[in-house]
Amino acid sequence: MPASPELQRQMLRQMQTIRRFEERASDDYQNGAIYGVVHCYIGEEAVAVGVCSALNNDDQIISNHRGHGHCIAKGADLNRMMAELYGRQDGYCKGKGGSMHIADFSIGMLGANGIVGGGLSIVTGAGLAAQMAGQGRVAVCFFGDGASNAGSFHESLNIAASWKLPMLYVCEHNSWAANTSSVMTHAQTDVAGRAAGYGIPGVVVDGNDVLAVYEAATEAVARARAGEGPTLLECKTYRWRAHTERPGAVDPRPAEEIASWMARDPIQKLVDDLKQQQGQYSDAEFQALDDDVMAAVEASVAFAEASPFPAPEAALDDVFAD
Amino acid sequence: MSMREISYGRAGMEALVEEMRRDPTTLHLATDAPPSLVEEFGEARIRATPIAENAFSGIAIGAAGSGLRPIVNWSMVTFCFVAMDQIVNQASKIHYMFGGQQTFPIVFRSSVGGGTSLAAQHSQSPYSMFMNLAGLKLILPSTPYDMKGLLKSAIRDNNPVLSFESTRLMGLKGEVPDEDYTVPLGVADVKRTGSDITVVALAWLVHEALAAAEELEKEGVSVEVVDPRTLFPMDNETIRASVQKTGRLVIADEAGPTAGASAEIAALVTEDPATFKAMKAPLKRVCALQVPIPYSPDLENHVFPDRNRIIAGIREVMAAG
Ligand SMILES: Cc1ncc(C[n+]2csc(CCOP(=O)(O)OP(=O)(O)O)c2C)c(N)n1
Repeated sequence: MPASPELQRQMLRQMQTIRRFEERASDDYQNGAIYGVVHCYIGEEAVAVGVCSALNNDDQIISNHRGHGHCIAKGADLNRMMAELYGRQDGYCKGKGGSMHIADFSIGMLGANGIVGGGLSIVTGAGLAAQMAGQGRVAVCFFGDGASNAGSFHESLNIAASWKLPMLYVCEHNSWAANTSSVMTHAQTDVAGRAAGYGIPGVVVDGNDVLAVYEAATEAVARARAGEGPTLLECKTYRWRAHTERPGAVDPRPAEEIASWMARDPIQKLVDDLKQQQGQYSDAEFQALDDDVMAAVEASVAFAEASPFPAPEAALDDVFAD
Repeated sequence: MSMREISYGRAGMEALVEEMRRDPTTLHLATDAPPSLVEEFGEARIRATPIAENAFSGIAIGAAGSGLRPIVNWSMVTFCFVAMDQIVNQASKIHYMFGGQQTFPIVFRSSVGGGTSLAAQHSQSPYSMFMNLAGLKLILPSTPYDMKGLLKSAIRDNNPVLSFESTRLMGLKGEVPDEDYTVPLGVADVKRTGSDITVVALAWLVHEALAAAEELEKEGVSVEVVDPRTLFPMDNETIRASVQKTGRLVIADEAGPTAGASAEIAALVTEDPATFKAMKAPLKRVCALQVPIPYSPDLENHVFPDRNRIIAGIREVMAAG
């Protein structure tokens, strides 16, 4: 089922929001307002947005260390995200998590995760809970090509396939795990091929084409809701920036490779598609959207700056639940 | 309260079954699905998992975060080491790291200890590894009564709880009430009162300490036996109060001493000024030797403490002051 024009516009807005949010986060990280480490998703926006556009509010997703895009695509509040990056009290995790641990359980965002491969089994548990609840909910795992080589990938997919859990495993194949090329680490180029070993569909899609991702995800989600079990969806994409935003971070990737992928900007592609399909989308409309997005990002920074740092003693809170 | 006698292993099973009846959001994940449980609760709630401890421990976390109350049985505690990422990096931290926005009620059960000639990969008491983490509660019952009551509390708790269950005690019989009851987490139990020396003993060694106390009573030495029952939260007050009364302390543990629960107990006693001042002699730890557990019976018996070593330890402390 192709995305409606309104949905396409919403996708565009979300993709642009991810990009602008991260550009700002990177700047503020460089100038010291954001601590620790920041991993940018820029260049891969179509994956999170295409998949999450195929989901309902009560469907659940889990993310990895590169999580801002997944959060935004699932509908997280930019203000609380930025406040978390700023380490403030009004952040999603009250300043306890930072960039790699943003979660919002109220919207089915089960958290970014700092351990590569750590989320695969956790979200499979959400899939089990969804199956037991019997209300048609699905659970989605976003993970990298690097994570696909961890044991938890096999363990989780085998269980999900055996139990026919309502799940979608989305491999964001950006061809690099930190500074190691997947050519060096993957016995086979396509991760999706492994689906055969579990007897589930393994689908490869252009991860820079948000409409293609959306259609593939819609089909997989329908299958999951129908009780037919999980799908492994491999989205071929690329990150534009180094593994982290750390100043001076090494980036061994060939310049031509980066340039060739930047020439396939997923946001520009959707703008072009909109212009073509409808013949009425204009640069002015995109400019207005971008102005809006910039204002929202600006507002999130203002929110973060206005939020106090947590009291030091708050470090002792929330070790245990009541 | 009317009482009846059941085994330690049976007490664990009763706690599980009664809590699963009580709360339809509970489910059981383990590599085997006991037929009696499947019959009563169905395959959806009694899951036979692949031998993939990392995955099914993580699945429990995700299910807990999605409204269920999973009970995981790793079987032998050593099998959980392949799930350490999920226990350490995820379960213990996830509530805190996300700012307390979601609860993760999970019980991870496992058997600990030795004495079964199963050698190093199937005999271990590694609870202190988990005491060092923040965010997990840890129970270590020594009687059928405590097993049933603590496990029920663990299942009702809104946090990840690790239940360490002594292999040696599985057949031990003891009284439990017919009625529903719980034993609160974080409350030690004085298993025997005495006035000359305190033995803080864990799991199987509670019974060895009680036997030692009987023996020494004949010599006029009055031994108090304290069972912490939960290792986190630890009931510091009860342990300190006992040592303040007797002025002497032996700590008996089936695990090795190095950075063990025994070391933690020694520290919580000696760092408390009032308790330290009340002590008449240095404390003594009676623990396993610090080696992997060997197979051959004579070797294994050499490694583990028992009532005789506890008696020797008590004599040593009594002689020292
Ligand atoms: C278990 C573990 N090992 C190593 C790391 C360090 N690390 C963080 S991200 C990363 C690369 C992950 O690559 P991939 O899964 O492909 O995701 P991508 O960064 O490409 O989005 C590595 C090695 C980690 N966080 N966790």
